[in-house]
Amino acid sequence: MSNRIDHKLYSKENKKVEFSAETLMQIRKIIAHYPDDRQKSALLPVLHIAQQELGGYLSVDVMDYVASLLSLEPIEVYEVATFYSMFFLEPVGTFVIEVCETGPCAICGSDYIVNHLEKILGIKTGDTTPDGLFTLKTVECLGSCGTAPVMQINTVFHESMTPEKIDLLISELRNKNNKPSESRWAELF
Amino acid sequence: MGRIILTEKIGIPGIDEISVYRDNGGYSVLQKVLKDMMPADIVREVTKSGLRGRGGAGFPTGLKWSFLDRKTDKPRYLVCNADESEPGTFKDRYLMEKLPHLLIEGLIISCYALGVKTCYIYVRGEFKSILGILKKALEEAYHQRFLGTNILESGYSLDVFLHPGGGAYICGEETAMLESLEGKRGNPRIKPPFPAYKGLYDCPTVVNNVETLATVVPIIEMGGENYARIGKGKSTGTKLISACGNINKPGVYEIEMGLPVEDFIYSEEYCGGIKNGKRLKAVVPGGSSVPVLPAELILRTLKGKQRLMTYESLSEGGFDSGTMLGSGGFIVYDEDACMVRNTWNFTRFYRHESCGQCSPCREGTAWMEPVLRRIEHGEGKYSDIDLLVSIADKIEGNTICPFGDAAAWPVSSAIRHFRHEFEFHIEHPEIVKNTDHGSLIEYPESSIQYR
Repeated sequence: MSNRIDHKLYSKENKKVEFSAETLMQIRKIIAHYPDDRQKSALLPVLHIAQQELGGYLSVDVMDYVASLLSLEPIEVYEVATFYSMFFLEPVGTFVIEVCETGPCAICGSDYIVNHLEKILGIKTGDTTPDGLFTLKTVECLGSCGTAPVMQINTVFHESMTPEKIDLLISELRNKNNKPSESRWAELF
Repeated sequence: MGRIILTEKIGIPGIDEISVYRDNGGYSVLQKVLKDMMPADIVREVTKSGLRGRGGAGFPTGLKWSFLDRKTDKPRYLVCNADESEPGTFKDRYLMEKLPHLLIEGLIISCYALGVKTCYIYVRGEFKSILGILKKALEEAYHQRFLGTNILESGYSLDVFLHPGGGAYICGEETAMLESLEGKRGNPRIKPPFPAYKGLYDCPTVVNNVETLATVVPIIEMGGENYARIGKGKSTGTKLISACGNINKPGVYEIEMGLPVEDFIYSEEYCGGIKNGKRLKAVVPGGSSVPVLPAELILRTLKGKQRLMTYESLSEGGFDSGTMLGSGGFIVYDEDACMVRNTWNFTRFYRHESCGQCSPCREGTAWMEPVLRRIEHGEGKYSDIDLLVSIADKIEGNTICPFGDAAAWPVSSAIRHFRHEFEFHIEHPEIVKNTDHGSLIEYPESSIQYR
């Protein structure tokens, strides 16, 4: 899969990470969706919540914390976190822009979208702007081929993209300088 | 104009709200089922309808249901496959977004038919907005007692939970999905045992696609035999087709099976023809995994018969001159599209998404991708073409799950039908290298099958 493991990431910083009491309550509710001895099933939803609420990416400390919450061995969490492309293993910008570049988006001009974003953000795909505001990535099919080219910013879809729409969007995000109004993973189950 | 039976309520303002859905006849089929029908009656109607799995494989749904182990005292599960990730396919997203209650009604009827008390909807992680829509719809259904304990005093109880994916195409394969639901990496399982005996948590499990489950509602409403009268031959009923690429009207269309492909591409009712007045070059009709066909062969079979939107017609001619209906992800390419570039693009996708479990797939996709990349960039050699065919042949049929075939077919079919484009890239590196996008290369007219 996409996430290459860098061994330096395995150094623990031993930072204290903890969900809020409210989030913990929601997680207990999620665990109850699965049979009694099957709380490992809650791993994917809990990792989504952890990434969103505990720093924007899954640090080793965060993964170890999730492991302890679900009574799993840490390796059980690492192997899942490294398999699924929605989980970030290193810090990312406030706004993560992911442009779909698979077939249908490609024939509708996703290359131009990526080039334009690289130009106005001044970074290469895969990098984060020095101010920590934007990370630019490319992803495989987002399942919205009828409105190609498509991209998502922190899991919110932006469809039928054009350079003009991108300029507008980026300047709005720069002005706001805060998190987009995306829904909380913890409230989706 | 074909019949519309699945999406006829789309377009009613507020139809995602349970009150509006009910005012328009929603949940009446479920009420009838719980009052008058036994679980076996439903399985019989679905079998009679000839419904085939709408996720891509086209396996008869009634038959799949009949395999479910009913002798064990273990719990049985239904998992709804909403992990729609096949490039070109976006019909389930559309259905869940516009008609969430139709899916839920179909789910409940299907769970009742199968004696399932717990059901999971596995939604791809990127469809976060859909998770929100489904959550609201499920809450409404619980509130009106269509879900939960003792549904409408029938004695039947059912819980439905949402489960997110994490961005892995392979989890759309049913056993990978079960692994993922158990909190593991999405590595497909070796079959047998099939999920019908050993599925989720080692219990009997049925995995069905979103569209398949939603279609159960009109089938029960009109009766299996009446449903089977719609469509053509063994391709019964209607199918959602998501059309994209270089067409005037991309979108999701419900078609009656048997519609001529030509009508689908050119009529105003559907794709509305090729964008910018260009000519049609090729079509991938069932999501990226199915073989690509040039214009001539997608409109007519090798024998000159009109090609129809059915499982049988699209696969007529086998892989030499046919393709597959697959998931209904209909990707249209105009005369400017570069088939080398497109093949490279798809192979990059499969390389990225291979779970890595089987060597032929893991190594083969990681080998084909750079070979295709160098041909696309004007650095290929003649032997690369046969090398690609050879690798694709060795992946196909040699992996645990169908992903290997899905990765091999786009490559072998593109070379079969568009070999001249690969050769052109190899013969004219100076042209290829000086072109911004491969898609702008002008091929010699004589070598291309346009329409």
